[in-house]
Amino acid sequence: MALFLAVTPFVVGAALGNAWLRVLDFALLYIMLALGLNIVVGFAGLLDLGYIAFYAVGAYTYALLASPHFGLHWPAWAILPIGALVAGIFGVLLGAPTLRLRGDYLAIVTLGFGEIIRIFMNNLNAPINITNGPKGIARIDPISIGGHSLSKSIDVFGITVPGLTLYYYLFLVLTVLIVIVGIRLQNSRIGRAWVAIREDEVAAKACGIDTRNVKLLAFAMGASFGGVAGGLFAGFQEFVSPESFGLMESIMVLCMVVLGGMGHIPGVILGGLLLAVLPEAFRHGAVPMQNWAFGKVLIDPENLRMLLFGLALILVMLYKPAGLWPEKQHRLEMRK
Amino acid sequence: MSLLEAKNIGKRFGGVQALKDVSLSINSGEIYGLIGPNGAGKTTFFNVLTGLYPRDDGEVIFDGKPLELGSPHKVTQAGIARTFQNIRLFAHMTARENVMVGRHARTKVGVVGAVFRSRAQREEEAAIERRALELLHYVGIADRASGLAKNLSYGDQRRLEIARALATEPKLLALDEPAAGMNATETAGLRTLIEGLRRDGLTVLLIEHDVKLVMGLCDRVAVLDYGEKIAEDVPDAVRNNPKVIEAYLGTSTS
Ligand SMILES: Nc1ncnc2c1ncn2[C@@H]1O[C@H](COP(=O)(O)OP(=O)(O)O)[C@@H](O)[C@H]1O
Ligand SMILES: [Mg+2]
Repeated sequence: MALFLAVTPFVVGAALGNAWLRVLDFALLYIMLALGLNIVVGFAGLLDLGYIAFYAVGAYTYALLASPHFGLHWPAWAILPIGALVAGIFGVLLGAPTLRLRGDYLAIVTLGFGEIIRIFMNNLNAPINITNGPKGIARIDPISIGGHSLSKSIDVFGITVPGLTLYYYLFLVLTVLIVIVGIRLQNSRIGRAWVAIREDEVAAKACGIDTRNVKLLAFAMGASFGGVAGGLFAGFQEFVSPESFGLMESIMVLCMVVLGGMGHIPGVILGGLLLAVLPEAFRHGAVPMQNWAFGKVLIDPENLRMLLFGLALILVMLYKPAGLWPEKQHRLEMRK
Repeated sequence: MSLLEAKNIGKRFGGVQALKDVSLSINSGEIYGLIGPNGAGKTTFFNVLTGLYPRDDGEVIFDGKPLELGSPHKVTQAGIARTFQNIRLFAHMTARENVMVGRHARTKVGVVGAVFRSRAQREEEAAIERRALELLHYVGIADRASGLAKNLSYGDQRRLEIARALATEPKLLALDEPAAGMNATETAGLRTLIEGLRRDGLTVLLIEHDVKLVMGLCDRVAVLDYGEKIAEDVPDAVRNNPKVIEAYLGTSTS
């Protein structure tokens, strides 16, 4: 497994080229996001449609602390934990006023929250220019480790390792860390309390769970994962703008969680991987495929992508309502 | 010595006065029955007592201290555990996990301990699991430990709910119609279980429709009717109380 994950970027890079290496890097970022959202939606059962806001918070934290915008150039190892913390605080800010809400109502408020964050980033360029508005922040410092910037390739024993591959390894390490943290939380007193709230909030209270604090903890933990992913995104792209953090992104991450198998970490990873890679495959494959089949392009690949995405969602919800890879117990029972 | 003293509890839902000036006191170590026709306010009394519903009037002294009504988890921490008339289990968790959740109030390791798998966390986790299995054994469903709560038989679900309540280490266990829907064998088993609880020093507050069970089991019984307490006495005296007979007349229970 470890070997497989280690050689993947070389195979992908050699066989499919750098574009696909980028897709792979993004897939890892999405998996981190999906794992974070899984804590809120999958474990605690709190439907959050504004999750991408925490990704944005992490990304902007990085952008502001490591770019010419404020002339700050802090190192990534310092910024990423700060980004996680700031995102966590935003998680509590979102959580606190919504504690009494559930289901649809919660979804609507969180959706609004996500939009508010995006609008703030769009408009906080006056009177004091904090976010540089819709133009975004450019020339962000790439992440560097031990003085070496990951945006440049290095030579190891005569093999040239491109920057995209270096980022892949960094993202992979952090994804593994997040998976470990997620699994440990799930099998803990706190994780059980989250699931108990999802299953029956009244009974959870009667078991002595302070549901208010435990829910806030879920929001904060989930948000901090998103904050880390956001920081990585900013360093990787070297550019952030509000455009990257729209509602569609939130929905995409939610779909990864739901499609993969809510509350089941391996399922969520699968969901993240599939939804990050498959649409790209369509994007790259749609034009040549149509040219081959019809001799011309009938449907715009972008539309086709959304069409197939919707179709896939409907099919999964019809035939695998618990997700593609649900927990064993769920699977057993959905069959009944 | 009284463990719980409810004073002048009042609760209204819009136009319905569900509880009116209800005072009762439960002694340490006894099984205290709360009966009354349907809609008399028994469940509402539980909900107010355990902090699920805010009360309009009155106060509760528990174990010598005023009980903070309004935050259910604090009531649990103070030592009152309950079951629900309509069973409320964590359906997609196993029986063992359900009881483990019950240990929440008496354990403390948080996120940091969990993430770093500290020694304290591992020990606490092992203790939680051990205790959960003991309790499943105690209520007689140890063999169902790994089954999902929702797949248990009705009687076993009731037992699981009791095990989960016991996991919070209560001084007072409040059971809301635990025998409802049980057949005769299951009811007999339940009775043995509750008698065992008393023998082990627990105080029990029991709402029950099965009058035979209540009369056979309880040390004292209070009767609610239209939100008011109309009697409180030993079972034999309650049975012959004219007010009680009148309240029950025409209703199905005898
Ligand atoms: N959540 C509620 N909202 C409105 N009315 C309620 C609520 N809970 C109970 N009631 C009313 O309070 C009265 C007492 O109900 P309840 O305590 O459930 O009775 P019991 O448990 O003795 O059968 C009933 O008239 C019932 O309709
Ligand atoms: Mg009732």
